[in-house]
Amino acid sequence: MHPVLRTVLQRLGLGALTLLAVSVIIFSSLEFLPGGYAENILGQGATPETIEAFKKQLGLDRSAVVRYFEWVGNALQGDFGSSYSGLSGSMKRDVTATIAPRLYNTFFLAAMAAIIAVPLSLFLGAMAALYRNSWFDRIVNSATLTTIALPEFFVAYVLMFIFAIKLRWLSPLSTVSVGTPFWEHVTRAALPALTMTLVIIAHMMRMTRAAIINLLASPYIEMAQLKGVSKPDVIRRHALPNAWAPIATVIAFNMAYLIVGVVVVEVVFVYPGIGQMMVDAVASRDMPVVQACALIFAATYIILNLLADIVSIVTNPRLLYPK
Amino acid sequence: MTTAAAPTRNIKARRTAYQNVVRTLKTAPISAWFGMIVILVYAILAIFAPLIAPYGEAEVVGKAYQFSSADNWLGTDQIGRDLLSRLIYGARNTIGIALITTLISFLFGGTLGVAAALKRGWLDQGVSRIVDAFLAIPVLIFALMMLAVAGKSLVNLVIILALLDSTRVFRLSRAVALNVVVMDYVESAKLRGEKTSWIVFKEIVPNILPPLITEFGLRFCFVFLTISALSFLGVGIQPPTADWGSMVAENKTLITFGNPAPLYPAAAIALLTVAVNFVVDWFLHRTSGLK
Repeated sequence: MHPVLRTVLQRLGLGALTLLAVSVIIFSSLEFLPGGYAENILGQGATPETIEAFKKQLGLDRSAVVRYFEWVGNALQGDFGSSYSGLSGSMKRDVTATIAPRLYNTFFLAAMAAIIAVPLSLFLGAMAALYRNSWFDRIVNSATLTTIALPEFFVAYVLMFIFAIKLRWLSPLSTVSVGTPFWEHVTRAALPALTMTLVIIAHMMRMTRAAIINLLASPYIEMAQLKGVSKPDVIRRHALPNAWAPIATVIAFNMAYLIVGVVVVEVVFVYPGIGQMMVDAVASRDMPVVQACALIFAATYIILNLLADIVSIVTNPRLLYPK
Repeated sequence: MTTAAAPTRNIKARRTAYQNVVRTLKTAPISAWFGMIVILVYAILAIFAPLIAPYGEAEVVGKAYQFSSADNWLGTDQIGRDLLSRLIYGARNTIGIALITTLISFLFGGTLGVAAALKRGWLDQGVSRIVDAFLAIPVLIFALMMLAVAGKSLVNLVIILALLDSTRVFRLSRAVALNVVVMDYVESAKLRGEKTSWIVFKEIVPNILPPLITEFGLRFCFVFLTISALSFLGVGIQPPTADWGSMVAENKTLITFGNPAPLYPAAAIALLTVAVNFVVDWFLHRTSGLK
């Protein structure tokens, strides 16, 4: 078998294994609680009968192993069960139906931020690396060190204060619904997207700069320079083929970081995404929704890292041309 | 052990610890000075909060939602408490809780990491694989989920974050300790028949301390930001405790009226993390010489 294919398959297997382990952790979080979830929710005054009835209603009376396989099996088919809220009433709230439009909104927002942030930070990072120790590099370095340390909600409120309150260019709240036209969706999501762009650009730039400096320090680049290859050719023929792997890692790492940032930013701008939904569900301890959101976040995180791994394998010149 | 040899040494050849500190501080760049001064001011505010704050932590002093005035420099919050006083008390609560959480995570994760590096075998393998799985989930997401399970309370928050953070500490301390464990001096201590506790505290810990101290600064920032984010989301530190994250959330509606009230606690958080980062950055440059 071709070595590239074998390594890729290995990584895919490892990714699947990680996903499995994570799903076990997320599912069993309910079992970790000393004293049990139902007892904890109902408090000390609850009689054993009430606890039994409550468990039965939530389906917690069956064994954990059975519930786990049921949960994973259904989740693989896109069914995350019913929300705890409104469970006793006649109307059951289907988790998947609630999540789907919000998932679209969140990906919309993340994609907007990524489209601005990725090219910009790669360009700035490469410039900072190529013109190392220049004034540009220094300014960019201290500016990004400051931005990295800022909490997301600080950036969010400063932007909201400037652009929505003082200048009145954009709406301070990013309320969108299913029927919102595309361009209106873009302008509504502009402020949250801008916030996330600012937050990840610093990380991404620093990582790109470090990766490229690392690359330019390798012996084969020096060799190429010494034998008189022109500067553009050094970059194009010697540096770039080896640069895809670190660049893919940088992008994947920051996209994964975006997933975490999205939670806070969505809450600030009241943007109806999956992050805000998770926070609401946490406050009301609605476990099926919380677990579904956690699984989606974790899966996206793992898949992004897996993609970066695979990109770095299939672009590795040493693996592509085996001896 | 060294007490007998000390008087024979030429005292001039050696700098005292105080002189060393002064020398090191003289070479510190402006950014590091800025960071250290900010941290010092925050520490003073946190320790002497009741003496410095003009009003009490939960004292209602006037009408709600007042803009800044001579009596209330930063204005009042949603039930009429003085924002400046709450900011000062917030330093105590928010920083204190983050510090305790980081300490617990270092004690727990560090102990496990050193133990895994020393014992290897099934303990190392088992803990490492579990930690790998935990590392695949973002901390904020995991913390949110665990808070939903356990219910929101201060104790739960500290325990959950300390546990999650200790997985990161474990990774680092194990990796650093692994390099030290194979050193000749550890080997010779073992052959001399020293006790495990002696090997750990006299040979390993002093040698893994510098990277761990740097990591402590970074992890503190991370824990501090995560606690603030969770409090901002309403599942972290609960009212009426003055806490910067929840203060941002409590006053967030004010911003739509052009009152920058939620920006103050957010800026307080930002300033501290920036300051700690500057100091840590300087440490990193000094200890590793990396550019």
